[in-house]
Amino acid sequence: MGKSIIEKIWDRHIVYKEDSKPDLLYIDLHYIHEVTSPQAFEGLRLKGRSVRRPDKTFATMDHNVPTINRYLIHDEVARTQLEALKKNCDEFSISLADLDSPDQGIVHVIGPELGLTKPGMTIVCGDSHTSTHGAFGAIAFGIGTSEVEHVLATQTLWQTKPKTLKLEINGSLGRGVTAKDVILYIISKYGVNFGTGYIIEYCGDVIRNMSMEERMTVCNMSIEGGARAGLVAPDETTYSYLLGRKYSPKGDDFEKAVTDWSSLVSDDDAEYDHCLEIDGSDISPMVSWGTNPGMCSPVDSSIPTAGEVKTEDSKKSLRSALQYMGLEEGMKITDIPVQHVFIGSCTNSRLEDLRQAADVVKGQKVSTGVRALVVPGSQRVKLAAEEEGLDKIFTEAGFEWRESGCSMCLSMNPDVVPPGEHCASTSNRNFEGRQGTGARTHLVSPSMAAAAALFGKFVDIRQINAAGIADEAVK
Amino acid sequence: MEPIQCLTGKAAVMDRSNVDTDQIIPKQFLKRIERTGFGEFLFYDWRYDEKGNERADFELNKPESKGANILIAGDNFGCGSSREHAPWSLYDYGFQAVIAPSFADIFKNNCLKNGMLPIALSSEDVSRLMKAAEEPGHQLTVDLPNQTVTDNKGFQASFDIHPYWKEMLVNGWDEISITLQYDEQIRQHEQKDQVVSSY
Ligand code: SF4
Repeated sequence: MGKSIIEKIWDRHIVYKEDSKPDLLYIDLHYIHEVTSPQAFEGLRLKGRSVRRPDKTFATMDHNVPTINRYLIHDEVARTQLEALKKNCDEFSISLADLDSPDQGIVHVIGPELGLTKPGMTIVCGDSHTSTHGAFGAIAFGIGTSEVEHVLATQTLWQTKPKTLKLEINGSLGRGVTAKDVILYIISKYGVNFGTGYIIEYCGDVIRNMSMEERMTVCNMSIEGGARAGLVAPDETTYSYLLGRKYSPKGDDFEKAVTDWSSLVSDDDAEYDHCLEIDGSDISPMVSWGTNPGMCSPVDSSIPTAGEVKTEDSKKSLRSALQYMGLEEGMKITDIPVQHVFIGSCTNSRLEDLRQAADVVKGQKVSTGVRALVVPGSQRVKLAAEEEGLDKIFTEAGFEWRESGCSMCLSMNPDVVPPGEHCASTSNRNFEGRQGTGARTHLVSPSMAAAAALFGKFVDIRQINAAGIADEAVK
Repeated sequence: MEPIQCLTGKAAVMDRSNVDTDQIIPKQFLKRIERTGFGEFLFYDWRYDEKGNERADFELNKPESKGANILIAGDNFGCGSSREHAPWSLYDYGFQAVIAPSFADIFKNNCLKNGMLPIALSSEDVSRLMKAAEEPGHQLTVDLPNQTVTDNKGFQASFDIHPYWKEMLVNGWDEISITLQYDEQIRQHEQKDQVVSSY
């Protein structure tokens, strides 16, 4: 029997194996940020321990950073955390992309962009969206702070081998349907815990035809389906993305690396613990209307009614979600008003995402009463976008153009949605209070978010013609 | 970590599914750089109103839930963000175990690392326990060595836990010191690894 890419990578990283124990797994790359690391460094200090491989550890500042003037940090506690990270990296000789660095950005945006993330690696970070890096054919998963400390001290983790799930997306996507819609569709179809205990391998034509940035969007939200990790086998798209990046192998080494990476692809006769298959043409642009990412529907449909959901438990969840969201059962998605738009986060803040949104807003104006923000995922994304003039397109339309960071994805910095107001957001979580106490988040793709900014409500992106003008029906 | 054997006490019931870590400890409280003192912020937005007063209808604010050391909750407890502040705040508040039909993977690991037991029982057993916990004088016992949950009304169920974790928790061992004993194996792997991925 052949092996899947998941098993191949896993087996390569086993340091020690014994029946009564989880496997001791070697970690190739460890990303850290300011929020989940301070207690881990404190733990090391208390025991007089050192960082085993600072060269396999890379830090950035993203969660707390202000996006208007990044040096003006009014929040005392946020500043303490940023300073603590700087001090810890200095003391333990860890590379840090701080606020002055051209490399700074959201940890899951900069890792791939710098060529740090590579196929075949095991990658961890004290952050659940570490699953993003799986797009490169790596096993990448989020860990807690105690595990961060464990990796710092030992470069390993005790891990029980997860089950494998093959998720095949065949056919092709319709016009206006993006990677974000694919993953929202998957989570709404199978639920927020279908992936618990699994690593997902995404495959099929739709995935093969995606760019690296689109694959990252899909892998990013694996955790929203309960899976700690999701990956895509590397191919030519992966290799050409990696070629020439700051930390990518150079010259002959790159060729050698590609040969090795290619050997990781799943064997034809690989077996999986579970398989799922969907058809790309079934997917529409999606909008979330509830308080978890599974609660979303196609833009041209309506919020479900209690009569349409099966279990008592889901009826209860539906009612409490709609109460929080201030919405009604059976309401049309396109009747949901939008007062805020956030284009950013590790799910959708890369250059292609910004291009997609800019295509929609070009020459248009943000609707009165809507506040719209674009927050590039990294300083490099910001620069590249400015070189193409995307910033102009956004600001001329009435968007604010910000510095890179997590920003309104979790609103730990000053970017907050006020209570009771609705936000079309390209982020990944619509939990209660995520974008501010009482804030009402709707997860969408960048183009859908951009369109919502122009109309002050959700519109079906497929009904917007090339000139960015909505068909009569939309108005 | 304190060794754990048997826990006995009162249970609080939170009959909701998919309780995420953003609710358990909202992000405005993640800025501390210590591991302790998170209990007062547990479920902050659900527990308190805008003025900072306790909301009477929130589960943990009910008189019968006060002083509980075991939490009984719905499916997929602890989903979302990997913040270990979630188990820190539950523990700091006074919970030593959470019983639910299922847990999110990262949350489960985070609990185990902090000497708090995530116990998965069948949905039927969890529903029975939720009902039983409403009776005055109800007492639950979690016996880790024997892997059982019992109450003083005749309920009995057993639960699974990986032998590795059980040993770690029963003895209150520090995982890093154990792993450091494998230094030789780690070193060997690092040498071999240089050949495989030295790019
Ligand atoms: S952008 Fe949002 S989800 Fe991504 S790392 Fe930052 S806070 Fe987490």
